[in-house]
Amino acid sequence: MYEIVKKEKLSDKIFLMVVKAHRVADNCLPGQFIIAKIDEEGERIPLTICDYDRAEGTITIVFQIVGASTERMANLEVGDGFADFVGPLGQPSELCEEANLEETKKKSIVFIAGGVGTAPVYPQVKWLKEHGVDTTVIIGARSKDILFYEDEMREVATELYLATDDGSYGFHGNGCQQLQALVDSGKKYDHCVAIGPMIMMKFVCLLTKELGIPTVVSMNPIMVDGTGMCGACRLMVGDEVKFACVDGPEFDGHLVDFDQAMARSKQYKTEEGRALLKQQEGDTHHGGCGNCGGDK
Amino acid sequence: MADGFVRVPISEQDPKVRATNFEEVCLGYTEEEAVEEAGRCLNCKKPMCVAGCPVSINIPAFIEQVKNRNFEKAYEIISESSALPAVCGRVCPQESQCEGKCIRGIKGEAVAIGKLERFVADWARENGIKPKNTSTPNGHKVAVIGSGPSGLTAAGDLAKLGYDVTVFEALHEMGGVLVYGIPEFRLPKEKVVKAEVENVKALGVKFEKNVIIGRSITIDELMEKEGFEAVFIGSGAGLPMFMHIPGEQANGVFSANEYLTRNNLMKAFKEGYDTPIARGKKVVVVGGGNVAMDAARTALRLGAEVHVVYRRSEQELPARAEEVHHAKEEGVIFDLLQNPTEILVDEEGNVKGCKVIKMELGEPDASGRRRPVEIPGSEYEIDCDTVIMSLGTSPNPLISSTTVGLDTNKKGCLIATEQGATTKEAVYAGGDAVTGAATVILAMGAGKTAAAAIDEYFKNR
Repeated sequence: MYEIVKKEKLSDKIFLMVVKAHRVADNCLPGQFIIAKIDEEGERIPLTICDYDRAEGTITIVFQIVGASTERMANLEVGDGFADFVGPLGQPSELCEEANLEETKKKSIVFIAGGVGTAPVYPQVKWLKEHGVDTTVIIGARSKDILFYEDEMREVATELYLATDDGSYGFHGNGCQQLQALVDSGKKYDHCVAIGPMIMMKFVCLLTKELGIPTVVSMNPIMVDGTGMCGACRLMVGDEVKFACVDGPEFDGHLVDFDQAMARSKQYKTEEGRALLKQQEGDTHHGGCGNCGGDK
Repeated sequence: MADGFVRVPISEQDPKVRATNFEEVCLGYTEEEAVEEAGRCLNCKKPMCVAGCPVSINIPAFIEQVKNRNFEKAYEIISESSALPAVCGRVCPQESQCEGKCIRGIKGEAVAIGKLERFVADWARENGIKPKNTSTPNGHKVAVIGSGPSGLTAAGDLAKLGYDVTVFEALHEMGGVLVYGIPEFRLPKEKVVKAEVENVKALGVKFEKNVIIGRSITIDELMEKEGFEAVFIGSGAGLPMFMHIPGEQANGVFSANEYLTRNNLMKAFKEGYDTPIARGKKVVVVGGGNVAMDAARTALRLGAEVHVVYRRSEQELPARAEEVHHAKEEGVIFDLLQNPTEILVDEEGNVKGCKVIKMELGEPDASGRRRPVEIPGSEYEIDCDTVIMSLGTSPNPLISSTTVGLDTNKKGCLIATEQGATTKEAVYAGGDAVTGAATVILAMGAGKTAAAAIDEYFKNR
């Protein structure tokens, strides 16, 4: 068992957990992900690494309740654990490679984090700060109550901008509009990293293409094994088929076919929704999900 | 009643019944049936069957013991050569190996060696008999990467030679392709695979799951930091191939690996498991190998009408005859001499059909089989909501790309000698990681050979 040593509720549906997994903590780097499985019946859930502590042998993950499995995960408490917790998976972020450091230092880098995407942005910004690289970070969220990691990010980012769609906190608008505003005010960026919901990454990429800023995105498609075995996570990058689990998860955002990736991520939506309904209703579940036949 | 020419028939689940469940198809011999079938063995002086077995089981000797009802002794004889008899008795292509060489087969049916092996292994398990390890520990640590057939065999053999063996598995269950690839109805997971892994554990082998070699830790780190003096790589061939035709990224197109992993490893077919699987109404499986048969028969059991689309004719189907026969009995439809050219997609990105072109056989190609050639203008459309690509797999580059001095060929397979020695000292490899996708028993044979070579390496060091 991989023990949960800390749990924090970051917002209504977003949770942080620190998990003991020394094999992952020994070798992981920013940009990589893990796969967690709650128990025998659980799914393999891919989550990007949010932070790691090599001395303690722990990994920090942040997740949002989106379906039955993440709902079940949110019910785990400190002292409980995951039956399986494997990683690190995927390629580390190119920005956070020692070999590229001199090049990276010359760049003016802006990160745009959307919602729960704030979590995977954090270790990259932290790594860059530790290596003497300045960063600008924009955190975008629907409203103030689902915005998290503000203090942590302020510690590591050179400049931090907060944006809410409803204007309840910081800049009134989304991450794209905040970036546009910064560029309009004379700021210059020559590298962008956008991590968040696919629709947000798509719109950031449309904007940065126009602005001529190379942009890296971190894809989080449906996965099963996470080791290159099944191809569930395949996506088109330019005219090539790539597997997010082994070729990514980071890709050149200007080449990713987001519309197709978004369609693919809906593949199991109805099944997942039915499973959640059944779980919430427990023994009182007698149909309505269209699956169990209880209403026929 | 069997005579010399015909083998004792074996009971199977009725095709109509089994097409709707995931219980094992073949029910195995009873004691009486096994003894009777064993009586057909001629106990040849020069047993050709042994030469046909990649792990050289002393076949006439174990059959002799079955004939005499000494089932425990029969198990001991098999265990000397094979770590996974209950698996091999079920999934080996015996007709082209041991049974293919059987003298009985010349004028009649070969002795049912595979079914007898299965009987003995099942009998041993049901009677709580485990293989014994009588060796003295020699203190040398060996790491085995991957818990599939080659890894389990190498680990078992090395443990029996006194080595301190740890198996590292990337997934959350032990067994590799035996758990993610081969379906429950051919190879029960709890009853057979888990029990065989337990048997390898009983020999003293340690297992660590959830370790991705090349990511969690590298081979060099295993040797430098964790004290392993030699390594066997049995990481298989896990990367699925696709056709690269239009529409292949649509929702409803799966690799056979994904489809089977969801169903077998993640148990999507079972009530109470979280992992979803697409229960198609009409499924097209592309390919003609054993994996294609497994995918087709799985889709059938999940409630679909299933078509196997294969570009050559029935004669060239690479799958075992028994698998094709079972698939047909259960109602899988074979659309032979046809090949998909495009997957048709609806406005929401879901599969709505498959464009297929008819083929004819031309001149033999490099494989010796007649090359399929497209018939111009013969394209037509098949309505379907799911397409499963079963075109083969290639080795995962994760280990080769993260290990200094470990070379691969153009196909990404590890370069190794016949004994399994790779281009890196003290590192051996075998199974699909070296050969590309092949069979369970060939992987076991390679694991066995490499274990002997590793022992030799330590002796000569």
